[in-house]
Amino acid sequence: MLQHDYTTSQLDVLEAEAIHIMREVAAEFERPCLLFSGGKDSIVMLRIAEKAFWPAPIPFPLMHVDTGHNFPEVIDYRDRRAAELGARLVVASVQDSIDAGRVVEETGRRASRNRLQTTTLLDGIEENEFDAVFGGARRDEEKARAKERVFSFRDDFGQWDPKNQRPELWNLYNAKIRKGEHIRVFPLSNWTELDVWDYIRREGIEIPSIYFAHTRRVFERDGMLLPEGDVVQRGDDEPLFEATVRYRTVGDMTCTGAVTSTAATVDEIIAEIAATRITERGATRADDRASEAAMEDRKKEGYF
Amino acid sequence: MDILRFATAGSVDDGKSTLIGRLLFDSKAIFEDQLEAVERTSRDRGTEYTDLSLLTDGLRAEREQGITIDVAYRYFATPKRKFIIADTPGHIQYTRNMVTGASTADLAIILIDARKGVLEQSRRHAFLTTLLRVPHLVVAINKMDLVDYAEERFEEIREEFTQFASKLNASDLSFIPISALHGDNVVSRSENMPWYQGPSLLHHLEHVHIASDRNLVDVRFPVQYVIRPHKTEFHDYRGYAGQVAGGVLKPGDEVMHLPSGLTTKIASIDTFDGPVTEAFAPMSVTLRLEDHLDISRGDMICRPNNQPKVAQEIDAMVCWMADATKLTPRTKLTIKHTTRTARALVKDLHYRLDVNTLHRDEAATSLSLNEIGRVSLRITQPLFVDDYARNRLTGGFILIDEATNGTVGAGMIV
Repeated sequence: MLQHDYTTSQLDVLEAEAIHIMREVAAEFERPCLLFSGGKDSIVMLRIAEKAFWPAPIPFPLMHVDTGHNFPEVIDYRDRRAAELGARLVVASVQDSIDAGRVVEETGRRASRNRLQTTTLLDGIEENEFDAVFGGARRDEEKARAKERVFSFRDDFGQWDPKNQRPELWNLYNAKIRKGEHIRVFPLSNWTELDVWDYIRREGIEIPSIYFAHTRRVFERDGMLLPEGDVVQRGDDEPLFEATVRYRTVGDMTCTGAVTSTAATVDEIIAEIAATRITERGATRADDRASEAAMEDRKKEGYF
Repeated sequence: MDILRFATAGSVDDGKSTLIGRLLFDSKAIFEDQLEAVERTSRDRGTEYTDLSLLTDGLRAEREQGITIDVAYRYFATPKRKFIIADTPGHIQYTRNMVTGASTADLAIILIDARKGVLEQSRRHAFLTTLLRVPHLVVAINKMDLVDYAEERFEEIREEFTQFASKLNASDLSFIPISALHGDNVVSRSENMPWYQGPSLLHHLEHVHIASDRNLVDVRFPVQYVIRPHKTEFHDYRGYAGQVAGGVLKPGDEVMHLPSGLTTKIASIDTFDGPVTEAFAPMSVTLRLEDHLDISRGDMICRPNNQPKVAQEIDAMVCWMADATKLTPRTKLTIKHTTRTARALVKDLHYRLDVNTLHRDEAATSLSLNEIGRVSLRITQPLFVDDYARNRLTGGFILIDEATNGTVGAGMIV
């Protein structure tokens, strides 16, 4: 007789699934890399990579697409964490893409480097000949993502064709590609925002300070609180004021809004998220508000 | 808190989107900005009511054409459980999606319109669910409000479905009369149907026992990756990483390696968080063995007195998933089974199954998109297999087209 009922908690199931996915990639691809931005999802992904191969080091490099408009606290965290793990960090810079004439900087008050990142990302993948790229995207984030595979095929232009995806059954992932094509791999597909935070709490993982409540000079645009900063263009009709805020997602300073919050610990963040009635991207991302299909369109081009 | 993965089958007409919308809304998994976006789009399109299917239909083409193209995954949680919904479209051309969604599901909900009763598509959904061995099946008889909440109608449909299901070998079968629109028996028990003594749908989802659905008897550990740190600290470390596919492994257990047939003992079961005293599905762990054997990815670790079949000839039910090509005898494909990838040759197509009538067409010469048939394959190297009915993880496989690299088939070993 079985001695207990072998129930597995939701975080253990999700972790085991993500570890399985990472090991499949390490076994089946020549040159994988892990996109690491210093945001909470990629932080969790990195911890899972650490677990999947322990006691061996993580068998692939990290890559960050640096827009040059990132929060300095997050860049510090990124470098520190990569050094701790002894991981190689490839930084693909949007500024370099602009200087090389690969992309043209947007102008005006709402100028953002968000869309330019796609070119930098795809160039980085091509230059390094990466054939599998881990991303921290989750299906609960956005409705186009809800339909994306764990192993998401990209053609040699880096494009996603949502209507022609490979069926994905059981825990069997199809890793077959031709040269020049690649697979985006999403080990956290089945995690929700709350799962990510529960996991950060359980594992006691350090996260960048901007996730916690702090005082910051901000201004309001489209119902979002944007930060004061050298790279953020602010109009005279957008007065600065001081507020106690925290970040629910970490992206570019130019398009990532802060939320009013006093949550100073992971426990308080979890309590806040459990009670919120707005999605993380809806609350904080100008880039997704462009249209009903903003994410789908960017993803088709090769965005994260 | 554990996870229940369930698939929903039915069309928009059956009220599937309304049901999912209600489960998400009542469990607070729909957020205000999502609801606002849906309300805005519904208004723009001149729809009178808030079209909750817009929540799940994420792609532009789906919204434009008002259809669901692909499996959409949705998430919600109650204090009891986390739920993953694989929402699969109900149209005939999407058998592929239903099979995909059902492959990982613990439970399937089949929606039936109380006015229409058991339709051809209900039979198809029931058949696919049992073919994929989804352990629990719930038939939600919806729109009970439109048949005056009549017990007779519910019983009529239940009888008809039960009769059909008896031919299918359906496992745990439950019937729940609901009205997704009004919420009867969805989250809480309905006052409109005092004759119904069973649980509400959500209560059933929260309490159905799934832990014992996994195979905890036959030890199966497909080796996924060999861990060799090459560090001074772990100089001689050699670990075999993988996800347990069956049985319970403990340190000290005698185990057998396939294909060599050599036996050894488990020295330890390692994880980043320290060694564990036992491992079972779906845990991802690393085994260290007492003897040094030549073990690589694609091999299997089992018990000496309980081994999978070592087979180069397999018989399977195959669902064909490619638009452009067909499965015929002599077709060559790549097969991926557990962690082993090999080449396969279709030796024989025994019959094609009509998923609506269960009729076996033995004259069939090919399988096209969304068709299912019984097939014999010859494999270039042995696979370590169990019947799919005994273990979904060691009994299932995918077929890959060698020219396009597309996933073109899903197989279940019989």
